[in-house]
Amino acid sequence: MKAMTYRGPYKLRVEEKPDPKIQHPNDAIVRVELAAICGSDLHLYHGMLPDTRVGHTFGHEFIGRVEQVGSSVQHLKVGDRVMVPFNIYCGSCFFCARGLFSNCHNVNANATAVGGIYGYSHTAGGYDGGQAELVRVPFADVGPAVIPDGVDPEDALLLTDAFSTGYFGAQLADIVEGDTAVVFGAGPIGLAAARSCWLMGAGRVIVVDYLDYRLRKAEEFAYAETINFGQVNDIVLELKKQTGGLGADVVVEAVGAEADGHIMQHVTSAKLKLQGGSPVALNWAIDSVRKGGTISVMGAYGPLFSAVKFGDAMNKGVTMRMNQAPVKRQWPRLLEHIAAGHIKPSEMITHRIPLEHIAEGYHIFSSKLDDIIKPVITVA
Amino acid sequence: MPYTADKPGSTPDPEALRARIPGWGADLDPSDRPAFPREQPGIETGAHWELPAQQSGASGRERSIEHERITPVFGTAQPLHGISGRIRRFAYERFSEGQTAHWLLLVAGDRVDAVTAHVTSLFSKRPDDPITESGVAGEIAHRPIASRVGRGRIDLKHAWMDPILVIGPWVVASVLAIKLVRAVFLPASKRGK
Repeated sequence: MKAMTYRGPYKLRVEEKPDPKIQHPNDAIVRVELAAICGSDLHLYHGMLPDTRVGHTFGHEFIGRVEQVGSSVQHLKVGDRVMVPFNIYCGSCFFCARGLFSNCHNVNANATAVGGIYGYSHTAGGYDGGQAELVRVPFADVGPAVIPDGVDPEDALLLTDAFSTGYFGAQLADIVEGDTAVVFGAGPIGLAAARSCWLMGAGRVIVVDYLDYRLRKAEEFAYAETINFGQVNDIVLELKKQTGGLGADVVVEAVGAEADGHIMQHVTSAKLKLQGGSPVALNWAIDSVRKGGTISVMGAYGPLFSAVKFGDAMNKGVTMRMNQAPVKRQWPRLLEHIAAGHIKPSEMITHRIPLEHIAEGYHIFSSKLDDIIKPVITVA
Repeated sequence: MPYTADKPGSTPDPEALRARIPGWGADLDPSDRPAFPREQPGIETGAHWELPAQQSGASGRERSIEHERITPVFGTAQPLHGISGRIRRFAYERFSEGQTAHWLLLVAGDRVDAVTAHVTSLFSKRPDDPITESGVAGEIAHRPIASRVGRGRIDLKHAWMDPILVIGPWVVASVLAIKLVRAVFLPASKRGK
């Protein structure tokens, strides 16, 4: 099969790899139709996540048709068109039994802090991902779901991570009616989070980024007020001014490991890999939320130390909530929202790139060229 | 502005918000939000096992020492091999995830893996190609200048130093390696010539 393979930081290619095989009775093999490049794939591409091995196939956002099923698979059959959540999980361990699907203890031999994720290094279990023609899907009776009739495949694709994660970010923010929500980052997760804040009754949504085209998208797609932090002297002060001096009721951090805004933080983390991620966005979140407010962290970070301003968080009585999204728990309600016309996740897609040209796709996304927001990889 | 018990600013009008934003307030009730609360005991997952069957082929596979045993299901994407594999195995067998050394060794393993894969590729039918593999051809027809210039992009402030920071450590390491080899293998009288 053809698959994207990692060759080292900033290098990848498409090559022939052996077809994946059923390795467990509850495995399925899925023939991928659409995949996406996620912003967190860029952390892998930039060499930020430990134990990213040469030859690895990335891609944790994909949909496709079931090609083969293992002997214990009961809920899927060959030919079903499925969307696959980015989490790999068993459905029965202590964590899965409580709905913490992203924290499954039975699927990641390499770490206990994180569950299994398709195509997200051996730190997340060592599973090849969906930026390929075929992919092994463990626990086929638990994770994937048949795409309902009438649901646009591209909408389904964005439910496998991006929109579900943004929605989850808004959930963790514990919004009450009329809250002022600030979202750091206007990538797909930030856009989805901003849009979801409205669903939960926010009274005001402000999106912060430094790329003007992404802020325009935040205005159009997420009905948000926007601030370009590159055009204000002090983003925290600006947010305090705009919130009557108190700060935002809730903040969703949708930036993660490669945050810009402070050169030394960026250099020590993104370039020299001396931190698990640039804590710029996290620190801005702590500084700009009001006392007693809530911060929801959706940005992806590596496992190493990061210099977070925890003293301020403690002194302000801030609640910080975070996790990888348990994607499948979001689907029933999000499918209702799609059917009702409240949201259309695929409106975030800006680029459609054939698998053969995926290296160019990563470069365009990484370099933020051509007003890119969300690239989709067409496989079949 | 005086500090009072009231929230500053005008209270948003829900009807105006509902008229302007599709679905505004549809999930207003926290008790009616899926995945809320965070933990939901007894959730139906589709699993029809208490403990999943054990995947075979675990022999020799690395695992975190924080796990008591190999997990019932595990990834088999890229098995450990070569020098990078030895570094990674040492990281897994010696240090827990709480140890910085665990992660730094894995990062070191990654870099060794990339270099050895690149060198090995030079002796293969398909050597690494920095042009196609970097995706730089994507610059063509994707507005490389208009996307970067005149838009106030703050990442351009450090773009000039990125190549230095990425390549610099390799240059320094190479120079030190050459000096070390010379120190070990060349007689003192011939060094410096």
